[in-house]
Amino acid sequence: MNVIVCVKQVPGTNEVKMNKETNTIIREGVEAIINPFDTYAVEEGVRIKEKTNGKATVISMGIPSVVELLKETIAVGVDEAVLLSDRAFAGADSLATSYALSMGIKHIGKYDLIICGKQAMDGDTAQVGPGLAEKLGIPHTTYVRKIEEIRDGYIRCQRMTEDGYEVIEMPLPAVITVVKEINEPRLPSLKGMMKSKRAIIKVLTTDDIGADKSFCGLKGSPTQVVKTFVPVHDIESEMIEGTPEEQASNLAKKLLSMQFAISTEEES
Amino acid sequence: MASIKIINDKCVGCHLCIGACPFGAMEMSDGRKAVILDNCTLCGICVPACKFEAIDFQKEEVSNAVDITLYEGVWVFAEQKHSEPESIVYELLGVGRTLADDRKTSLTAVLMGSNLDDACKQLIARGADKVLLVEDESLAQYNDESYSDIFTQLIQDNKPEIILMGATTYGRSLAPRIASRINTGLTADCTKLEIDTEDGKLLQTRPAFGGNLMATIICPNHRPQMATVRHKVMKELEPDESRTGEIIRPDVNIPKNLKIKVTEVVSTICEMVPLAEADIIVSGGRGMGDPKNLTLINELAEVLGGAVGASRATVDAGWIEYSHQVGQTGQTVGPQVYFACGISGAIQHLAGMSSSDTIIAINKNPDAPIFNVATFGIVGDVMEVLPLLIKEFKKSL
Repeated sequence: MNVIVCVKQVPGTNEVKMNKETNTIIREGVEAIINPFDTYAVEEGVRIKEKTNGKATVISMGIPSVVELLKETIAVGVDEAVLLSDRAFAGADSLATSYALSMGIKHIGKYDLIICGKQAMDGDTAQVGPGLAEKLGIPHTTYVRKIEEIRDGYIRCQRMTEDGYEVIEMPLPAVITVVKEINEPRLPSLKGMMKSKRAIIKVLTTDDIGADKSFCGLKGSPTQVVKTFVPVHDIESEMIEGTPEEQASNLAKKLLSMQFAISTEEES
Repeated sequence: MASIKIINDKCVGCHLCIGACPFGAMEMSDGRKAVILDNCTLCGICVPACKFEAIDFQKEEVSNAVDITLYEGVWVFAEQKHSEPESIVYELLGVGRTLADDRKTSLTAVLMGSNLDDACKQLIARGADKVLLVEDESLAQYNDESYSDIFTQLIQDNKPEIILMGATTYGRSLAPRIASRINTGLTADCTKLEIDTEDGKLLQTRPAFGGNLMATIICPNHRPQMATVRHKVMKELEPDESRTGEIIRPDVNIPKNLKIKVTEVVSTICEMVPLAEADIIVSGGRGMGDPKNLTLINELAEVLGGAVGASRATVDAGWIEYSHQVGQTGQTVGPQVYFACGISGAIQHLAGMSSSDTIIAINKNPDAPIFNVATFGIVGDVMEVLPLLIKEFKKSL
């Protein structure tokens, strides 16, 4: 079975700090990482490949240096990684990204399953998975927490919902986006690390994959950012002092006097 | 292709553009001139930030634009479960009403499912002028394939200007599928929506970078303008039973023989309230010390009629299920009251709950970052304070 996993480079968010005076993001020392959600997608892709004696391919769109991050996926069992990199891809919103990835995937060729992380840590949109499936004309489901069964032309999986999960059956090829509950990503093996050092990551341009430039990058993006600003949290903090008994009773009094939805009626 | 470059003769090396770039794609060269790096996304935010007009930005007209004057009306996707609209739908109708009034147009709820007579009445009472109703047994349970097919037909036949959906599991799956099919823009997880008084465009504001930065996004040349909206940020209208509205049953092709089948629907959360919809959330972190101490969290939540949340650390340690996780890799919540018990307040956690109206932090460490966002803070041992707090509330409620 051929599995393709989509990954994105994001800033390691632990380090995202705001400069309160200039209202800007302090970027120094921010390392680039693979979107954490995508690491679960990679692991699931490798597991399916191992189980079915197939092939796992990773695809990403980004700046040339993403090649180094893609090598990390080779170290955990991915067979091949492809990077779409071209100035014409710059400024892509989720629609233009979906289009570019769909063209890259068509270029890679035969596939049974495409796996994406639930969403990217920087944008948080969760839109590329479904958008990509539509561009490829294949079914999709989101928030997959478990694959119950996968075989030629068929997948049955559990999709997480607000109050539980539902079981989805689809024909393959299809796209799934996965949540972190699905697995525990492995650490790279020594053999894998050696392999990743030697790995050659294919870098493809718009021309290589036959993409129509008018659907790529800024030009192919219907949405535009017109303004960014730092949200102001005007919080007047009040520390409640005293013995634990006093603290608890003061806090309870304050909350009850604010007349929230705390009411005995609601519980009945 | 669009292009951006620094005009070196004008650049004075003042660093203003570096501070303005949200993507860290600007740098100073050794010659004290700004340099644009590879990861520039051509957003153009640096252009007005430069006081010396030293950034030359050639924006190209976006391709594949549509005639936007053909589109009219505000639509809301009326997601339903067991024939009842989800609470987010009323919030969407609340903000949709304002947008429709500002655009001097109508507000339509798009409702699919079965046995929906009551739901139609409720949607109208909550602000809808029209309900586009598609009733069929096969639509009772949400299905990505049938819902996206029917919704797309409705868009093509009626050409709405704006479509709002809840940023729910289904909304975040349906909206991008449709936007991709009809090639239009979609903004995720909006926390503010308003009409630009000058040109009538929809201004969509959403958090980025884990809530550290807000971005306002427009969709100038494509229609409909689509957005998903987070729970608990838009105000719902009081129901008004005297409101009247039109129920329209459009002629659509309901797809049969679907590829995607939903064979089982399982509810695992036995609490009273789902996290995203809760007015009160009590969350526990690693400071609870031991998984069995989480019973105190459950108890306080029960006394207050709230839901149980958790920090990532407790979920990763296997103390509690992932479905309870609040934060960047879990759920984003905005209740009236949020209790953070033994949670230090890592930025990822704050991103998921800092929009709560009132935040209560209980933590041993007075320097814990959670106190920076707390309305009320208690420095103390959660194991000591929580039982007392539960007792206090039990006394009064």
